[in-house]
Amino acid sequence: MTAAAPEPKANMGQPVPRYDAAAKVTGRATYASDMPLDNPAYAFLVTSAIAKGRIDSFDLDDARGVRGVIDIVTHENAPKLKESKLFSNGGYAGTTIQPLKSADIAHDGQIIAVVVAESYEAAREAANRVKVSYTAVAPSASFDSPGTTTAAAKGQNAQFKEDPEVGDFAKAFDKAEVKLTASYDTPTQHHNPMELFTTSCAWMGDNLVIYEGSQYVYGLKNGVAEQLGIDPDKIRVVNPYVGGGFGSRGSMTPRTAIIAGIAKRLNRPIKLVPTRDQGFTIATYRAETRHEIRLGASRDGKLVALRHEGAEVSSRPDAYCVGGTKTTTRLYACPNVDSLVSIVRADRNTPGFMRSPPEVPYLFALESAMDELAVKLNMDPVELRRINDTTNEPIGGKPYTSRSLMACFDEAAKAFGWSQRSPQPKSMSDGDWLVGYGCAATCYPTQMAPSAARVRLQRDGRTRVEIAGHEIGTGAYTIIAQTAAERLGVPLEKVAVLVGDSELPPAPVAGGSNSTASTCSAVMMVCDQIRQRLFKALMPSDSLTDKAKETVGISQAPSTQVAKSDRPLDLEKAFDELGAGVVEEYGEWKPEGAPLDSFKAMHSGHARLVGGHAMKDKIAYAFGAEFVEVRVNRFTHEIRAPRLVGAFAAGRIMNPRTARSQLMGGLIWGMSSALLEATEIDQRNARYVNDNLADYLVPVNADVPGVEVILLSEQDDHINPAGAKGLGELANVGTNAAICNAIYHATGQRIRKLPVRLENIEV
Amino acid sequence: MAVQALSAAAAANNPLTKATAQPLAGGTTLIDLMKLDVMRPAAVIDINPLARGWSAIEPGSDALRLGALAKMSDVAAHAEIERNYPVIANSLKLAASAQLRNMATLGGNVMQRTRCSYFRDVSYENCNKRNPGSGCAAMDGVNRMHAVLGTSDRCIATYPGDFAQALIALDAMVEITGQAGTRSMPFAQLHKPPGDAPDIETTLQPGELISAFAVPGRWPRSVYLKARDRQSYEFALSSAAVALDVQDGTIRDARVALGGVATVPWRAREAEALLKGQKFDDGLAQRVADAAFADARGRRHNSFKIALGKRVMTRALQQAVTMEIRS
Ligand SMILES: Cc1cc2nc3c(=O)[nH]c(=O)nc-3n(C[C@H](O)[C@H](O)[C@H](O)COP(=O)(O)OP(=O)(O)OC[C@H]3O[C@@H](n4cnc5c(N)ncnc54)[C@H](O)[C@@H]3O)c2cc1C
Ligand code: SF4
Repeated sequence: MTAAAPEPKANMGQPVPRYDAAAKVTGRATYASDMPLDNPAYAFLVTSAIAKGRIDSFDLDDARGVRGVIDIVTHENAPKLKESKLFSNGGYAGTTIQPLKSADIAHDGQIIAVVVAESYEAAREAANRVKVSYTAVAPSASFDSPGTTTAAAKGQNAQFKEDPEVGDFAKAFDKAEVKLTASYDTPTQHHNPMELFTTSCAWMGDNLVIYEGSQYVYGLKNGVAEQLGIDPDKIRVVNPYVGGGFGSRGSMTPRTAIIAGIAKRLNRPIKLVPTRDQGFTIATYRAETRHEIRLGASRDGKLVALRHEGAEVSSRPDAYCVGGTKTTTRLYACPNVDSLVSIVRADRNTPGFMRSPPEVPYLFALESAMDELAVKLNMDPVELRRINDTTNEPIGGKPYTSRSLMACFDEAAKAFGWSQRSPQPKSMSDGDWLVGYGCAATCYPTQMAPSAARVRLQRDGRTRVEIAGHEIGTGAYTIIAQTAAERLGVPLEKVAVLVGDSELPPAPVAGGSNSTASTCSAVMMVCDQIRQRLFKALMPSDSLTDKAKETVGISQAPSTQVAKSDRPLDLEKAFDELGAGVVEEYGEWKPEGAPLDSFKAMHSGHARLVGGHAMKDKIAYAFGAEFVEVRVNRFTHEIRAPRLVGAFAAGRIMNPRTARSQLMGGLIWGMSSALLEATEIDQRNARYVNDNLADYLVPVNADVPGVEVILLSEQDDHINPAGAKGLGELANVGTNAAICNAIYHATGQRIRKLPVRLENIEV
Repeated sequence: MAVQALSAAAAANNPLTKATAQPLAGGTTLIDLMKLDVMRPAAVIDINPLARGWSAIEPGSDALRLGALAKMSDVAAHAEIERNYPVIANSLKLAASAQLRNMATLGGNVMQRTRCSYFRDVSYENCNKRNPGSGCAAMDGVNRMHAVLGTSDRCIATYPGDFAQALIALDAMVEITGQAGTRSMPFAQLHKPPGDAPDIETTLQPGELISAFAVPGRWPRSVYLKARDRQSYEFALSSAAVALDVQDGTIRDARVALGGVATVPWRAREAEALLKGQKFDDGLAQRVADAAFADARGRRHNSFKIALGKRVMTRALQQAVTMEIRS
């Protein structure tokens, strides 16, 4: 593994260092809780110790006695807030369970009181002294608990529109020469971003500033406005840096409006820093899922029948689901496909997006099953994928805009040394360790959403890009700056970027890996508007296009492919002709196929994502292939994954350095989702047990000694002007299957339930 | 609550004699548990001012003395300890993280408290250790990390540390300093199994401090093997501290202690008795491991620890037998 940034290949930008690298490593980057507040009070949450029932009474005497306590807010005296609908039903909220509204408790760790004090310590001390009497009702914890209800996702979740199917699955499966039926389980997982779920609220008269790590500042601003019943333009959400999101900050959580309401009442800025374990219940999570896969194939490996049935847990009131069948039914050529997704309601907080929400659990099932089928066919699993590779998805027959799946398999296989594998299970070892190799495909839909941007260019080349995008650690600042520099032909050091502020032109939610494609497409468009103005000033007559290009280094209508001006603009000259000191342009970009109300929705905090399988006459996905080496200790049964190799193709790679970093993190997370991460639920009381970073295991450096990322050159002219496919959620998909496939190879044991722990190995 | 610093001179009028006072060493257990509201000492006494006298690492020709305020990292990296007491060096190296080992002291380490999730989360009422008489949430709850040896019907919490296994295996003595002066007792008598009173974890009296550990003999043929969910920074699911004296293929003396599986640092004396005087082979190792876990009792999620514990122990014995001794 090398630390150096990869050299760019064809259709890749420069691997420039991160725009914010120095600020981050020196601690100068200001996250939401770092924002200075004028005489703040500190809030600390009290959360419920039962998952279902009601609060009979509070005893607050002890708590009030703590020096410095200002107020204790419970359902009896909480600010009145309006309801917000679930984001998938046209609202902003990640949950419709609104705490502090009544004495009712709907899930473990629900916010039941907020203590406000002169210091964090006093607030926490007092919160520890709040005594609560409950009447508890036996809750339903998960799949097998009594009292859950199950129903098809279709019809109850507005965003889950179809159970994809084609042909006649039953008949084809019945007649198939080789058949596989297998069930798979994935666990509950929590994002655990480094930055806690903090919120600071400060009012200036009727205007509210919210400092909160958010993946969607426009969504949060509009959502809080709705809950407070005020004009959204009176609210500003600021977060120049977000300490990791992974989906957990994509939709509004109840805490924000509560803190805003308390700040208003107390007429004082309020800072809330919840604890790590509170983060498990006051935000969302990845719910546990169950799958049954049926595959039918001919003896030569051609899929003839595929069925994917998935079940997911959600809360009582909200029908959240990820419904990954939209991807798994389209990944391989197969004429007879059937699928069904259902939702199981339990007494839990509402789950939500978590990095590659549909693909992580659903591809685990499919890519494990493909490996099992390869074993049944006595075939190299890579070849099985090759035989079933396709240019058109099978459900609607639409062509993939580009698909480099097999190229990824071949590149990664070569780098990994797949040919060294002896296919027989248990045939490779090294000292105390059984060695196994495994692989799996990954894919992620290419999505875009409308975005606006403002760009300001000065005659000395200094440029400022303003866009309410989000730096969630992905490199947004860097690639936006690169895009503007290349498009305008100004030096990168002269470009300043502002993101993470709802006063800036709207950008979509930083979710679904749409940010790069959406924000860079908007920035390119607005940079082109500037070029147009300068060009027109210099060359009023169109016929002189070529001359203009020669003299000032720009053409009138730059090709969308070449996101770069040919040479530096002669800016002094252009500005003289224009008679201006500054050129500033604002523009709104929307992807092909975006709905009519897109721009209106964009301003009111609703992102209209298009892409993936939902495009009219095509389907757009990024692809990759992952190979892992797993070692299982013969004595302790400890499982380690010393080598992770992935090859990925995602259209234009804006910056190979930041791209590699995303993909590397993805591979590590993918490994982690197979071997380490699981939120344990106490089935008796529907409570999370290991809700801290000592017990909820994430990998440490020693777990990932070898991670190799290969970026493939790919050009796709059918997706967006930037030519970029999102890749932030690509690499953590499929890794879980690759690991289990490698464990099978090492031990001969097929494991279909995650995470795999040493006690699951029987050597 | 105030934090006071304790000087050697103040020992006469020891503020620690109050049962609700807690000594503060590295703070890596104590501060955590105070933040979680699990420990609520009325006073915290900083004992680090005693470090000058209490942090020495003294390998002698026939014994080893370790001050209670010595840092885990310093002891782990000490060349003579690595050579003559690999079981001690490795039990420390394989514990926690580099940052924690730089802060944490040996005294604090052996006094660390269980990682039982229900113990560490005060929103669970039922924990006999934290809240005597309230029941045990782990017994029929999530108990994968819990103990299979030395449990009672009141508490099944695992003693989580690593170093203590090395100490108990090597017959270490613990030196205790209190108002009445300094006394010494076998380290094996420090921790108390949960029995009827899981809230009482050690035999230390209020006002008493651990000042040092003394390890008799030298144990170059010794091993600490630790099985865990991740490669570093993780508590043991099962561990074994093994020290052998082998001459001409015959085991003259054997010390075996088990971690991650028991409620207290666990000496496997049955195993030792079976090993002594024997020639090592895999069949013997198996019988020894079976004997060590004969009384083990698994619950819903932790039964795997019985088989795992045996395999870890067997492997540690094999490693100790075959290890090359540098002289
Ligand atoms: C995330 C994490 C992972 C860890 N992983 C491991 C691991 O893998 N293996 C392992 O063994 N440990 C592990 N630990 C525990 C760590 O080793 C202990 O926290 C540390 O050794 C305690 O030492 P300290 O000096 O910081 O103790 P402190 O926190 O200062 O004190 C701990 C307790 O001992 C008392 N005490 C301290 N010194 C004395 C003394 N001289 N006499 C009497 N009482 C005293 C204190 O009053 C307190 O009650 C881990 C800890 C954390 C936080
Ligand atoms: S095992 Fe012990 S520490 Fe854990 S809940 Fe039960 S009594 Fe408490």
